[in-house]
Amino acid sequence: MTRLISLIVLVCLWQIAAHFSNPRLLPGPMAVLTTMRSEAASGALFAALGVTLARVAAAFLLAMAVGSAIGYAMGRNALIDRAADPWVIVLLNLPALVIIVLAYIWVGLNEAAAIGAVALNKLPVTVVTIREGVRALDTRLDEMAHVFSFSPLKRLAHVVAPQLAPYFAAATRAGLSLVWKIVLVVELMGRPNGVGFEINTAFQLFDVPLLLAYALPFTAIMLVIETLAVQPFERHVSRWRPRAA
Amino acid sequence: MSRVGDPARLEARVAKKSFRTASGQSAPVIADLSFALQQGETGALIGPSGCGKSTLMRILAGLDHDFDGSVHVPVHGRVGMVFQEPRLLPWRSVEDNVRLAAPNVSEAEVAALFAVLGLSEHRTHFPGELSVGLARRAALARAFAVRPTLLLLDEPFVSLDAPLARQLQRDLARLVESRGMITVLVTHDIDEAIALADRIFVLSARPAHVVGEIEVETPRAAMTDEARKTIAARIDALRDAG
Repeated sequence: MTRLISLIVLVCLWQIAAHFSNPRLLPGPMAVLTTMRSEAASGALFAALGVTLARVAAAFLLAMAVGSAIGYAMGRNALIDRAADPWVIVLLNLPALVIIVLAYIWVGLNEAAAIGAVALNKLPVTVVTIREGVRALDTRLDEMAHVFSFSPLKRLAHVVAPQLAPYFAAATRAGLSLVWKIVLVVELMGRPNGVGFEINTAFQLFDVPLLLAYALPFTAIMLVIETLAVQPFERHVSRWRPRAA
Repeated sequence: MSRVGDPARLEARVAKKSFRTASGQSAPVIADLSFALQQGETGALIGPSGCGKSTLMRILAGLDHDFDGSVHVPVHGRVGMVFQEPRLLPWRSVEDNVRLAAPNVSEAEVAALFAVLGLSEHRTHFPGELSVGLARRAALARAFAVRPTLLLLDEPFVSLDAPLARQLQRDLARLVESRGMITVLVTHDIDEAIALADRIFVLSARPAHVVGEIEVETPRAAMTDEARKTIAARIDALRDAG
């Protein structure tokens, strides 16, 4: 409820600010809505949103899967950790733009380069988060599972996974926002479609209503995913924690 | 080291177990410790805190293989263990904790165990919702549910207040007597050892070895306070000598 009121206040402030500004630089909510409607009617808006969402999903899943596996191995094995740690640090500190440009130069201006570059940007954050989770695993529960002869699968499902779930949720939350921002940059620089491409077009035309007509629906979709998927998942995995008195 | 077995006998011979200290030196924890128990017997290992009792339990449980000597555990046996802390999965209910450890246990068995241990009303509770005493009972239920051939109890009632510990000891004694397994109880509480064990092994300070063995007459119900005091005095005498 508070979140909704807060959003309404934001829109009102926007309206007031637009009233006192040049409508070309800061159009009001209604002007953006009109542009949004015409873009939606032509189908262009949905096509762009669909393409971008698909890229976000692919890059996100790739980074989470590979990053979790590497993070798990590093958390469990000191040798792997020492060997891979410098790579992770280099990757963490490499600017997203450098990775994107290099990917386009080396792999070409194609979908694989775009998605790979985004995933590579997100990868080290996932690795570090999951590694922290693995390091925090309770060895006493591991011993319990050993004494009671839990199978490896049972141990993973009932002992390890529940302990990693909060870290996985944190990596998901941080990852989604990071991935979608970088996807727009990748699209702006080297794809012929998607929200990032449309924003580039709007930039060339100095068309702020068009820019916002593409940016806002996408932000809204990410907000909905966060509220309807990420937060319920977090609540579900922490349901066993005793409520604070 | 080796872990092989005889179907009805536990035989532990730990010639040497050491830990490496921070300065790189090797500190002996157990030296020439041996004891044996037959099927149906309960043995109590009693000794000063920090003498290596928990290390010995980890060896018996198969969690530590880095020692000189041999451990003969019952072949094809199942191990049930109660650790010093309950070690329940906090994200699973009491019943799920029991069933995950003992997938083949029948509904009737679970119900009977929970009834004996006073857990019937707490089946669906998460461990975080249980009192300390109830969590220990849940850990006991899990250990018994696997129908162990070897039951390891590592100070299962430590840090419980005395009346609660006595109550749990009585419940545990009933359960132990109704099964025919080998039970090893580690404790520093003489009364607990006398209440539960058929044989009491008195351990020395570090590095631990057995300084004496005392057989407790059964049936315990007929044991007089006088007899209890005599055993306690013998344990004290052995401890002082060790």
